[in-house]
Amino acid sequence: MSSPNTSPERYGLTAIVLHWLLAIALIGLFAVGVYMTGLPFSPQRLKLYNWHKWAGVTILALSLLRLLWRLTHQPPALPPAMAQAMPRWQHWAHHGTHHALYGLFFAVPLLGWAYSSAAGFSIVLFGVLPLPDFVATDKALAETIKPWHEVSAYVMAGLVLLHVAAALKHQLIDRDGLIGRMWPGRR
Amino acid sequence: MNLRQFTVSLLLAAASLGGSGVVLAQQKLVPAQSEIVFVSKQMGVPVEGRFKRFDAQISFNPAKPDTSKIAFTVDTGSATLGVPETDAELPKPIWFNVPKFPQATFQSSGVKGLGAGKFEVAGKLSIKGFSRDVVVPVTLTQNGAATTATGTFSLKRLAFKIGENEWSDTSMVADDVQVKFKLALTGVGKL
Repeated sequence: MSSPNTSPERYGLTAIVLHWLLAIALIGLFAVGVYMTGLPFSPQRLKLYNWHKWAGVTILALSLLRLLWRLTHQPPALPPAMAQAMPRWQHWAHHGTHHALYGLFFAVPLLGWAYSSAAGFSIVLFGVLPLPDFVATDKALAETIKPWHEVSAYVMAGLVLLHVAAALKHQLIDRDGLIGRMWPGRR
Repeated sequence: MNLRQFTVSLLLAAASLGGSGVVLAQQKLVPAQSEIVFVSKQMGVPVEGRFKRFDAQISFNPAKPDTSKIAFTVDTGSATLGVPETDAELPKPIWFNVPKFPQATFQSSGVKGLGAGKFEVAGKLSIKGFSRDVVVPVTLTQNGAATTATGTFSLKRLAFKIGENEWSDTSMVADDVQVKFKLALTGVGKL
């Protein structure tokens, strides 16, 4: 048996798969979002906007699945030695970042959906399944919602960077193997 | 028939002609209370647009629909989807080509009464230099002196080259466009 310092208890397979799948999807979708808004009026722009919306709704559904999984499956506790070594502010940042990220997994796509509806463009998932508009068409409301979708996405990007930086700090500075809890593949 | 009876019938005929003349007088469109909406599908998403300026010359007698004449003009430059970036594109040559074709027109060739306030208006629709025969179903409803004509028909945008080159891809913008209208009319005789 190895010491908890080098091999902390891992997350379950489902949690690991959802984590990496959504990590790739969120980073990709953020990049598409930043890119597409700068495009001139063209079929390419229209295509990317619709793909962005379809992917956003898919991420929203996967995030709901992930939240339900998280609420019904206790994640592994921090290794006791690590938890004791962490100052209070780090415990706070650790929980705060994760809670904020989960909140944004829902807020960002829902704001995007609301913006699309308010702007008069209902979402038709994959071009076949019309989704309901939970806000009415209202151009003024659309302009109000638009920056919120953008700002919340940038806040999420910032928290993702913080999350990655913290994981790297554990791996490269503390060398405590914490990253192994979420790293894919067998060890 | 003696001369007196003949004179009376002649007068009656003249009076009835005069009467029908009143009914046949030009009907008028009230643009402020009318709307022409078009719904196109962009990657499956219905997107509503409208024309803000249009007018019509209408000579319509509900009792004799086949004698009716309807001529419509729509300012293509007044098309809007409610999105400034898109509206800036619509006047361009690949869409409505407004500088060259500022107006779309409809000229009726025949009106058929189907009963219960329903009519079928056949005619020629011309957009961007292309003409196509269309049959437009129209329903009339009356409330006092006001008459409202409503109807929906679909057209193929590519038949009029609305959306050329890269925009002729119907997987991006469907070929079928629904046109919905609600026209407020004055001077229409009782149905």
